[in-house]
Amino acid sequence: MKILVCISHVPDTTSKINFTNDNTEFDTNGVQFIINPYDEFGLTKAIQLKEANGGSVTVLNVGDASTEPTLRKALAIGADDAIRVDAKPSDAYFVAEQIAAVVKENEYDLIICGQESIDYNGGQVGGMVAAMLDLPYASPCVGMDIDGGSATVLREIDGGKEKSKMTLPIVIGGKKGLVEEKDLRIPNMRGIMTARTKPLATREAVGADARTSAVKFEKPAPKADVKLVDNVNDLVNLLHNEAKVI
Amino acid sequence: MAVIVFAESWEGKFKKITHEAVSYAKDVANAEGTDVIAVTVGNIDDDASSLGKFGASEVVQVEGDAFGSFNASVWADALNEVAEAKGAKHFVISGTNNGRMIAPMLSVKAGAAYISNAIEIPSNFSPFTVRRNAFSNKGLVDYQTSADKVIVGIVPNAIGVKEHGGDASVSSHSSSVAASAKSEVLDVDRVKGKIPLPEADLVVSAGRGLKAPENWNMVEDLAEVLGAGTACSKPVSDIGWRPHSEHVGQTGIQINPSLYIAIGISGAIQHLAGVSGSKTIVVINNDPEAPFFKAADYGIVGDAFEVVPQLTEALKSFKAN
Ligand SMILES: Cc1cc2nc3c(=O)[nH]c(=O)nc-3n(C[C@H](O)[C@H](O)[C@H](O)COP(=O)(O)OP(=O)(O)OC[C@H]3O[C@@H](n4cnc5c(N)ncnc54)[C@H](O)[C@@H]3O)c2cc1C
Ligand SMILES: Nc1ncnc2c1ncn2[C@@H]1O[C@H](COP(=O)(O)O)[C@@H](O)[C@H]1O
Repeated sequence: MKILVCISHVPDTTSKINFTNDNTEFDTNGVQFIINPYDEFGLTKAIQLKEANGGSVTVLNVGDASTEPTLRKALAIGADDAIRVDAKPSDAYFVAEQIAAVVKENEYDLIICGQESIDYNGGQVGGMVAAMLDLPYASPCVGMDIDGGSATVLREIDGGKEKSKMTLPIVIGGKKGLVEEKDLRIPNMRGIMTARTKPLATREAVGADARTSAVKFEKPAPKADVKLVDNVNDLVNLLHNEAKVI
Repeated sequence: MAVIVFAESWEGKFKKITHEAVSYAKDVANAEGTDVIAVTVGNIDDDASSLGKFGASEVVQVEGDAFGSFNASVWADALNEVAEAKGAKHFVISGTNNGRMIAPMLSVKAGAAYISNAIEIPSNFSPFTVRRNAFSNKGLVDYQTSADKVIVGIVPNAIGVKEHGGDASVSSHSSSVAASAKSEVLDVDRVKGKIPLPEADLVVSAGRGLKAPENWNMVEDLAEVLGAGTACSKPVSDIGWRPHSEHVGQTGIQINPSLYIAIGISGAIQHLAGVSGSKTIVVINNDPEAPFFKAADYGIVGDAFEVVPQLTEALKSFKAN
């Protein structure tokens, strides 16, 4: 089976977030970039499926050349080849158009996205790709079994889970549960060596207009100092009379 | 022109966050000098006109064979069908698990710009500008679009419910949207009698400081007196002390309750990313240096095994009075 894993390149979860250029841009200075954590679960799932059923795993990023180390890391983890659409990922719609164009040229059975990128927390790209290609979509996807031409997927709903049967190809927005954390693959020395020679193709972006843009950034106001109380009755009082939450 | 709002329901009843979405849509509509049309999809047992109280002028109930079980693409088609019939250009959809699937698909089908995670009323309408959360609560961003049609996805609980008063007329719309031939829901498993975490207004959460799963009894007791949902830190769900569905944080669920009580949680940056949108944060931790105190409104430095049962008792007597 042919699997495409869409990878977004995001600041490490411990990054301090700062803005620059009069608060109109995210400051990448000193920021370590990683594979979006949700996409890591999808990548491991893809590799497991390939090991079980044969086929190939392609990773895809829409971004400038600075994302190549992230794609190389995905290759080191076990993807067979990588594609970088050489463009600034200006918004989700633009990115989805790029992914859809790649899918139209290659017959993937499975398109794996993450439920959201942890930078802009959009949660948009996967659903847009599915709608553009008229494919079934499941997100946040926390389990998937493939049986011939169909998939049984488990997704989180508010307060529970929903199980569906879908005809391949499908698009999912994955997260933990797709595979467990302990099963996440990490690059080993052999993987890192072979990743250097695996194909990483760049392609031009297809014409598409972004529909949204970020114009101004701000940090949330810092919290006032904590009020320490030493008995529970005082706390109940404060919650009732001051915070008015109970 | 009207603003379309998706009136989400569960087992025939409107969700609480639906009221919030309708009242948000009303604020948008007021600013634009137009009205709110709430759209329900599938079977509704609740009195649909009750949405009038939150600002809907009209409730359109979409009915048809295609709506027996949830399908985001089909739901998006239904919303688009109503919007086209009404000439509506703006949509409001709450960021629930279903809403976050419908909105991006609708964006493609309707040719609309989609701004998710909004936490305020739009500050401008030309170009359409709205403030949203990003960087897992570590940044706020003003998003803009000059598209003619716009979908705003709002963060559940971040804006609050407003009663606008008024009545809504109710009509039904028999839809020509077809069911999906490629996707079928087999089974839905939803906890009964518990508040789904993303909807909970009050949340009691605990971490590794609790030491063993059997110690969650006291957390559940506290949650019960409060009528709160329960949550946990990531390691706790990783070890299997609690289900994954309770894991909050950057890689878990993001929540914005009005009260978040964190017990025996250190307050790592990845944990805070999921909960720092809470209006009031209470931290109970025996280590005065725990980083969570810096993000808290109220704190008790003490042993959870003593403080939590005391707090439960104090709340019981508070509730009794
Ligand atoms: C990529 C990545 C993503 C992550 N995503 C998340 C996420 O989404 N959510 C998340 O929660 N974490 C996440 N983490 C993990 C995070 O970094 C922390 O390790 C985790 O939040 C710590 O959990 P904890 O506070 O329960 O445990 P600990 O850090 O072990 O803290 C336990 C706390 O309990 C206190 N304590 C101990 N005994 C008592 C007692 N008797 N009474 C009161 N207090 C007591 C201690 O003082 C301590 O502060 C992520 C990490 C990484 C690397
Ligand atoms: N620039 C990108 N290149 C490739 N895939 C992306 C990109 N941005 C987002 N995605 C995919 O879409 C998912 C959801 O992202 P988002 O809609 O940005 O929150 C991510 O988890 C990725 O799988």
